[in-house]
Amino acid sequence: MASPTASETIDAQSPRIAGRSGPHPILVRIAELRAWLFLILLIVFFEIWSRASGGDSFIFSIYNLQSITVFATAPLFLALGQTFVIISAGIDLSLGFIMGLSSVIAAHSANYLLGWGVHPLLATLIACLFGSAIALLPGLVNGWLIAQLKVPPFIGTLGMYGVARGSAYLFAGGMTVAIENDWYSAIGNGRVYGVPVLVILAVIACLILHYVLTQTRFGQHTYAMGASKAAASRAGINLKRLTLKIYLLSALMAGVAGVLYTGRFSAGAPQAGEPLLLDSIAAVVIGGASLFGGSGTISGTVAGALVIAVIQYGLVFIDVEPFWQFIAVGAVIIVSVLVDQAQRRLTGGRLAE
Amino acid sequence: MPSEPILSVRNVSKAFGAVQALNRVSFDVAPGQVVALAGDNGAGKSTLIKAISGVFRHDEGDILLESKPIDFATPQEARDSGIETIYQDLALADNLSIGENIFLGREPKRTLFGFLPILDRKKMAAAAQETMARLDFHVTRLDAPVAAFSGGQRQAIAIGRALFWNARLVIMDEPTAALGVSQTEMVLNLIKTLAERGHAVIVVSHNLIDVFQVADRIAVLYLGTLAAVAPASEFDSQSVVEYMTTGSATRPTNGGSAEPASSPGFSTGSEG
Repeated sequence: MASPTASETIDAQSPRIAGRSGPHPILVRIAELRAWLFLILLIVFFEIWSRASGGDSFIFSIYNLQSITVFATAPLFLALGQTFVIISAGIDLSLGFIMGLSSVIAAHSANYLLGWGVHPLLATLIACLFGSAIALLPGLVNGWLIAQLKVPPFIGTLGMYGVARGSAYLFAGGMTVAIENDWYSAIGNGRVYGVPVLVILAVIACLILHYVLTQTRFGQHTYAMGASKAAASRAGINLKRLTLKIYLLSALMAGVAGVLYTGRFSAGAPQAGEPLLLDSIAAVVIGGASLFGGSGTISGTVAGALVIAVIQYGLVFIDVEPFWQFIAVGAVIIVSVLVDQAQRRLTGGRLAE
Repeated sequence: MPSEPILSVRNVSKAFGAVQALNRVSFDVAPGQVVALAGDNGAGKSTLIKAISGVFRHDEGDILLESKPIDFATPQEARDSGIETIYQDLALADNLSIGENIFLGREPKRTLFGFLPILDRKKMAAAAQETMARLDFHVTRLDAPVAAFSGGQRQAIAIGRALFWNARLVIMDEPTAALGVSQTEMVLNLIKTLAERGHAVIVVSHNLIDVFQVADRIAVLYLGTLAAVAPASEFDSQSVVEYMTTGSATRPTNGGSAEPASSPGFSTGSEG
């Protein structure tokens, strides 16, 4: 009989799976919530700094809250789709320029429809739908390359990064495409009871995708695929179809981000999402997902996106040279991966038995 | 013990190009019986279980499941017919709970507020608890990912999944290869439990100590042919090793003669 002092105490006659195998559930919860804890620490830090240097309150300011949350929406939309991709052990590098492509297409559509005498509101809605839908095209190609032709996600979506980028600039004629449509601009800049429309849309998207990830077979299979493709496929899950769906979803979210960008800046821009791709991956990783797949949550991603937004906005607010933003965000990414690894050693150490 | 076999393999052959991986192999597995498949590397053990479990089709001969010939195109079809294969790497999703693993690919659903379909996690957890209890495992943390459990416990979870879906035939590929002594003991006991419940079990193993501990019958493969198949009591380690390495035994086995493969009329019952 094995010694009961060993970490495995299994009685061969009456084996038990005991609660001791693994950390206490509350510890796991805290680990999941660490991005939110970090966000609170950051806010406290900026609040103290701002007050100490005799300035205004950082967080108890409607203007600051509106700015930070609006600032966070664009990378968040990309990060929401990226969450599914990363949980499935993939990566989507094309999201930034899919966003640019959708932004340009939506701007053009809105302008053409207005030119044909369509009502501005109807033109806005059609342009938004069409702009989002056009993103499904590169998403379809991504999914087909990765699922059917077995191209590694990094390479497949890197190729699409170039294709989407070039297409976006070609459609835009190398410039930004300005729109003059008050309805469309209202989506990007309007407020309902002080809450920016963009933030309301982002909250709705988060709720829907949280439901999809946690309560549907699609979400469950995404987790399983990220943990073990062999396990998922032996359980009868159609991995090709699942992969295709995941890349379609992430492209669609990039499309929505692009369409909203056009509203916010009253112009479609090919480079709309260029700086946001890495932010989206960073948000997912800060939110607790592993790039090896199998873990990640929508709630974590939301916290990750807010962490980045607070760092970037907060450093400007306390008058630090803007270049420090890159350093700060970079450091946070590295630290969160280190924390994640340490946590894995604590909770998943049994794997290397 | 019922003598009607669950699985009958009749003169099954399979070639990969010029290599004859299986050559007219025949053996039976009865309900409640553990048949150990022994053989050196390249003897055709995994080819045989892959042919049975639908990974690929055999060229000649018949595989009968409860007297009906089967010809599965995919492992899924084999599973739907009640043949569950547990591979060495277990095929569990480490980040999911026991219940979620049991139901992976066929998750139960319920409706929230009368319109919103959601996964029925309560049902999955209850099934996990109930199934594992049948194996004498009492799970206290049903939401824990299976990564939190030990190798032997994970083997038990894979067995539990087969039990839950009521597999009639469970094929286990090297179930104890990665395990320590006490965990091996535990898994061997689980295999006996499965057989006692009336499931038929095929165990592929290199480890002769394990083989003699659980097997009712032993089938030895040698270069794609069946060197011997007989009740375990008619072999000893020496004779099994000789069959594995040379295809024949030079001296009589324990209880008399283990039937050589060429003799067509071996019995299907076990001595138990």
